[in-house]
Amino acid sequence: MVTLSINNINVEVPEGTTVLEAAKKVGINIPTLCHFEGKKPLGACRVCLVEIEGGRALAASCSTPVAHGMKVFTNTKRARSARKTVVELLLSEHNGECKTCDRNNDCELQNLAYQMGIEDIRLKGEVAKPHIDKSTPALVRDNGKCIKCRRCVTVCNEVQAVGALFPQGRGFSSMISPAFMSDLETVACVQCGQCAAVCPVGAISERSHIDDVWKALDDPTKMVIVQTAPAIRAALGECFGYEPGTLVTGKMVTALKQLGFDKVFDTNFTADLTIIEEGTELLMRLKDKIVNGKKVALPQFTSCSPGWINFVEYFYPEYTENLSTCKSPQQMFGALAKTYYAEMLCKDIDEIVVVSVMPCTAKKFECQREEMNASGIQDVDYVLTTRELAKMIKQAGIDFTSLPDSKMDSPLGLSSGAADIFANTGGVMEAAIRTVYEIVTGRELPLENLHVEPLMGLDGVKTATLKIEGTQPDWSFLEGVELKVAVAHGLSNARKLFKSIENGEEYHFVEVMTCPGGCIGGGGQPRFTDDSVRQKRLAAIYAEDEGKELRKSHENPDIKRLYERYLGKPLGETSHHLLHTHYKKKEIFK
Amino acid sequence: MSLEKCPECSKEPTEDELLAQFEEILDGYVGKPGGLIPALQTAQKLFGYLPKRVLQLISMKLDIPYSEVTGVVSFYSFFTTVPKGKYMVRVCLGTACYVRGGKDVLAALEKELEIGVGGTTSDGLFSLDVGRCFGACGLAPVIMVNDETHQRVKPEKVKEIIDFYRDIEMTIIKEKAG
Ligand code: SF4
Ligand code: SF4
Ligand code: SF4
Ligand code: FES
Repeated sequence: MVTLSINNINVEVPEGTTVLEAAKKVGINIPTLCHFEGKKPLGACRVCLVEIEGGRALAASCSTPVAHGMKVFTNTKRARSARKTVVELLLSEHNGECKTCDRNNDCELQNLAYQMGIEDIRLKGEVAKPHIDKSTPALVRDNGKCIKCRRCVTVCNEVQAVGALFPQGRGFSSMISPAFMSDLETVACVQCGQCAAVCPVGAISERSHIDDVWKALDDPTKMVIVQTAPAIRAALGECFGYEPGTLVTGKMVTALKQLGFDKVFDTNFTADLTIIEEGTELLMRLKDKIVNGKKVALPQFTSCSPGWINFVEYFYPEYTENLSTCKSPQQMFGALAKTYYAEMLCKDIDEIVVVSVMPCTAKKFECQREEMNASGIQDVDYVLTTRELAKMIKQAGIDFTSLPDSKMDSPLGLSSGAADIFANTGGVMEAAIRTVYEIVTGRELPLENLHVEPLMGLDGVKTATLKIEGTQPDWSFLEGVELKVAVAHGLSNARKLFKSIENGEEYHFVEVMTCPGGCIGGGGQPRFTDDSVRQKRLAAIYAEDEGKELRKSHENPDIKRLYERYLGKPLGETSHHLLHTHYKKKEIFK
Repeated sequence: MSLEKCPECSKEPTEDELLAQFEEILDGYVGKPGGLIPALQTAQKLFGYLPKRVLQLISMKLDIPYSEVTGVVSFYSFFTTVPKGKYMVRVCLGTACYVRGGKDVLAALEKELEIGVGGTTSDGLFSLDVGRCFGACGLAPVIMVNDETHQRVKPEKVKEIIDFYRDIEMTIIKEKAG
């Protein structure tokens, strides 16, 4: 342990702690921009400068380790004015208009300028040129607003192991961008939006569908229905001042109704459906291998995270057969809304507009994939991120905090707790295990609270083994089999998992979520998401699950009805047409 | 590794042949940390510049994202992704040439060719560079076009020199056209 003083307050911290972290411990917040939780400090932005007694120059607190007897001062005139100059310099090069910026009121640079009392920008420098990149369905980049903090580079390279963004060139004319300062579409970007989630300013954002959705809502000839992903309810509240991890399911439904959506449905419903289809698919693959001696692709990979699909298609195309053919819950919903539901109402599909609210930017890409039009037209029309929904609620003048609770509509709104946990890393796997185990043995999963403990939490790669005993006659070939599963979140962890598979590790089923923490940490969630926020959202989702009477997907009565009335059986012909898809190899270089 | 002409036919190797050659060399850098810059240097020596597909090959083989590879290339001014022109124009900026107006000659060349130092004209004919003393200080200022030296160059004479090479090219084109 090391003892030091910060602003004359003594503090004891483990060796290797940075001055920044030590200050936080005693309630002193030093501003940061390039700092990235859990990653090697860059020391690039200098906005975290502090004075250390005996040191000639000011020190960047994010990259200065504590030392015994060190005396740190964060609030001297010198330190304050140095930090102020750094921010002023950034503002002098910044090409943005706060009042019309996507990040107005939600911008770290704007915040810093306010905090530091900058009223006038004395420095007049060359202003960065605007350079707007709208080449992808998911994201918009504007290099004019970029302050070159490189957080997006860190997240894209180290957390996601994709490497689409990197500083290009040098000096003032350098840019944080894809290869050769070109557009994002020219490189292998998976559209996860983690760069947009960590960007402190308005330089990377989701491509807004807000105007399109208002237009649909304003059109009296359209029936506009909305589905909400499980992760929204545990995060939307943050945009209205609630603590992270506050569940706002009921208020969210009321808000959506007040916005004018004709029906408010739940992506959870098709999450339950996904479990039935995907669980059956896994059992079929196992049967084909063990009983029929066929060559089948194992492990089976989950397929609900579109960034992960892109990742496999770009970087591991030899594994596309391993991906479950199940569409994601968003796309299953879209397909059913424009077939099953439209037929139920005797509506023309052109009259129905399907909007999704997703924690994800890659969903904007997914809904535009050419495979996603089982109804004959694009199944899901528009995708709003959690942040965009919050904006619409504000635009409509709805006082969110005082809203009463409402319930989702029928018949695409009822769901089990197993569907809720799709939002969490490890959740899809747990939901699948709850159902598969019961199908095979006829008994409930014998685990406390139905949770598969080793698959919970924020470890990057998690594994579990489950011995199957006492099988039903149909499934006797699985008697005594040890079901081995693995879970990864954040694509750098997916790479680790691939490595272990290539080294001979054998799994039956693997869940990968593109974003750290799973969907609760998606690229479209309220900013700023760090591990403590992730933990709280995870806990909220598990609470939502445990609070439900219905905990298993196969017990959802509306799902049973859907099979009876419409789909026939899991993996049947109608299912195949509406709920399943295929994948392709994608070129990395374009 | 140097770029040798084929001893038998003395033909320049094609870019495809070089690529195959380079792929073999690249194997030596696989799995070695810090291999990117040496690999790029070798490639530049071999090809004279860094073609896109070479950068893509490096990215794949060394398992470094393409954007990072191009980021490194664009950070260092000694890397270029544009093929060198047929005529390499080099301006001496050694002390003697500098004192006697080498800088003005350079400025005149930049204007005439419409490129900066390190650049290549869009028709691929000329590249412009500077050098330190070509050993002809008595005849300063000096410029070299490939292996030919031009002495006591005045800014006004620059166009004449460049036109001389342009004329050669015109003749070649005409001959080819028959
Ligand atoms: S990025 Fe921030 S500081 Fe820049 S214009 Fe937008 S809100 Fe203002
Ligand atoms: S969307 Fe994801 S993959 Fe694409 S640049 Fe951003 S972080 Fe990288
Ligand atoms: S785009 Fe955003 S995160 Fe990336 S360097 Fe620029 S300001 Fe930082
Ligand atoms: S946060 Fe310390 S230098 Fe950027």
